[in-house]
Amino acid sequence: MAVDYLYPDYEIIRNYDRCIACRVCERQCANEAHEYLEDSNKLVSDDAKCVNCHRCVSLCPTRALKIVKTDHTFKENVNWSGKSIKEIYKQANSGGVLLSSMGNPENYPVYFDKILLNASQVTNPPIDPLREPMETKVFLGAKKVKIERDENGRLKKNLTPHVVLSMPIMFSAMSYGSISYNAHESLARAATEMGILYNTGEGGLHEDFYKYGPNTIVQVASGRFGVHKEYLNSAAAIEIKMGQGAKPGIGGHLPGKKIVGDISKTRMIPEGSDAISPAPHHDIYSIEDLRQLVYSLKEATGYTKPVIVKIAAVHNVSAIASGIARSGADIISIDGFRGGTGAAPTRIRDNVGIPIELALASVDKRLRDEGIRDNVSIVVGGSIRSSADIVKAVALGADCVYIGTAALLALGCHLCRTCQTGKCNWGIATQRADLVKRLNPNMGYKRLVNLLTAWQHEIKEMMGGMGINSIESLKGNRLMLRGVGLNEKELEILGIKYAGE
Amino acid sequence: MKRVYVNEKWCLGCHLCEYYCAFASSNEKDMVKALKDSKINPKIKIEETDGINFAVSCRHCNVPLCVKGCITGALTKKDDGVVTIDKDRCIGCYTCILSCPFGAVSPSSEGVIQKCELCIKTNNGTPQCVAGCPNSAIVFEERGE
Repeated sequence: MAVDYLYPDYEIIRNYDRCIACRVCERQCANEAHEYLEDSNKLVSDDAKCVNCHRCVSLCPTRALKIVKTDHTFKENVNWSGKSIKEIYKQANSGGVLLSSMGNPENYPVYFDKILLNASQVTNPPIDPLREPMETKVFLGAKKVKIERDENGRLKKNLTPHVVLSMPIMFSAMSYGSISYNAHESLARAATEMGILYNTGEGGLHEDFYKYGPNTIVQVASGRFGVHKEYLNSAAAIEIKMGQGAKPGIGGHLPGKKIVGDISKTRMIPEGSDAISPAPHHDIYSIEDLRQLVYSLKEATGYTKPVIVKIAAVHNVSAIASGIARSGADIISIDGFRGGTGAAPTRIRDNVGIPIELALASVDKRLRDEGIRDNVSIVVGGSIRSSADIVKAVALGADCVYIGTAALLALGCHLCRTCQTGKCNWGIATQRADLVKRLNPNMGYKRLVNLLTAWQHEIKEMMGGMGINSIESLKGNRLMLRGVGLNEKELEILGIKYAGE
Repeated sequence: MKRVYVNEKWCLGCHLCEYYCAFASSNEKDMVKALKDSKINPKIKIEETDGINFAVSCRHCNVPLCVKGCITGALTKKDDGVVTIDKDRCIGCYTCILSCPFGAVSPSSEGVIQKCELCIKTNNGTPQCVAGCPNSAIVFEERGE
């Protein structure tokens, strides 16, 4: 047997004084980290198999289990961290590209945490959202620059199609295939109940979910999986995916073994064939080409639905956004480098792209400077972690945010970052029937509704504190923001003042 | 009446209901003290085969065959519909075990029989299998007779 250079990252600590040997840990671990020893009526664990997803910890009825980070260490130094050493061992072992899941976990600045919100005192009274009306409704789509009236002086109804949301939040694109049927159902039902939208991702739309169409964004990505006329027409909006924050410049690859049954049917590809999304759209090499796809989709849906163009936040994001705003798209969606994924090459995820806060601020400014900000709405995603992040994003110029990881956390995800194995113990990022059933959508959708309800309350509280009673008045209102621990350049790009100024 | 229903679609076969049932019958405050180093004999039991799991417990039938067959009157259907057992009257003849079509009556460790009584004697009628089910596969609800 070859020498194993790697020591497990986590250790499973079992308190034998509390363990009643009910075996729920053993039964619930898809990684088979726990084993029951019949002769001694005892459970033992293999740390090497543990991914730290907490399924066993959460279900253990006597709280006999906990997972700790191992204190085993390499002789590491500042330059050669344990992580770097470990990754070299892994690659020397496998010869392969390292794969990772979820968003960029590295130690880059989180600008949302360096921005503080304002509140009213004395001269401009705050508003109590429990006593006074407070509006969080959002309209996404191109806005008319001026009001036009007909010969009778009546308002001309010449507004292009819009999306109406009860609050500035949507569920970001996660395909059926990358996440389970039950996860999709939970998202669709929660979006419907709360009056927001969820996004199919590029895996097509399962026939059972057409009924949630008015609360669905259908995606058209480079693989064009599952795209047909009914699909486009079933939705409230159509999104062209040009890029993804977790892996800008990279396509996707759903392995053939996951293309089974309904997934094959929904994606419209044969069972067992790999679903490969190319890195580029092979028919888009310019803004003019993008414009053709935007109008093809509008034509196919009779100009009844807004078209979103989603890009990853990269270096020239503001110039790219300026092009998109002229392409006929109604909404631009920007995905920051912390954005999640079911699987991405580790080096890409951890080293490519820029922070969403900077991308958003520069895009908003560029579009305003060019006088085309009203052509489009801006949606941002890529690690929106709380309602405070949403308020800050809106004040930086966003019309709305996408939440993906936060929504999955509400469904039970524990950010163990092993989606790529397909053995999600929480029934989210898996297609194994016995695991999928662990996510009961009746419970899942309720948890999502709870999260959104809580965040809406918090958004209202924060707005009220600032003396603002409508989310529209907060949009691009950078005077409500102050920076801490930021340098001149960062403040300039964010377009905000330093705290105390 | 409100009954315990199990939805096979959401039952994970985790067996937690069995342990919460055994704990509920133990009259202990701490689950560890109640169940440590003991073999449980719960009134709800998971039946499983080929990836199908289903928790089985008393249906509290409208016409309960166990009550009909009981030779000492130990089993009765109360006014609220709950089929209960009077352990002092039970002689352990097991006629009820033979007559229950669901296999929901079983011998108890005290030599008489045991069956689900919807936790009316232990937890004020809040079935603990329902409270402890992690996937809402077991529900306690009114579905008509």
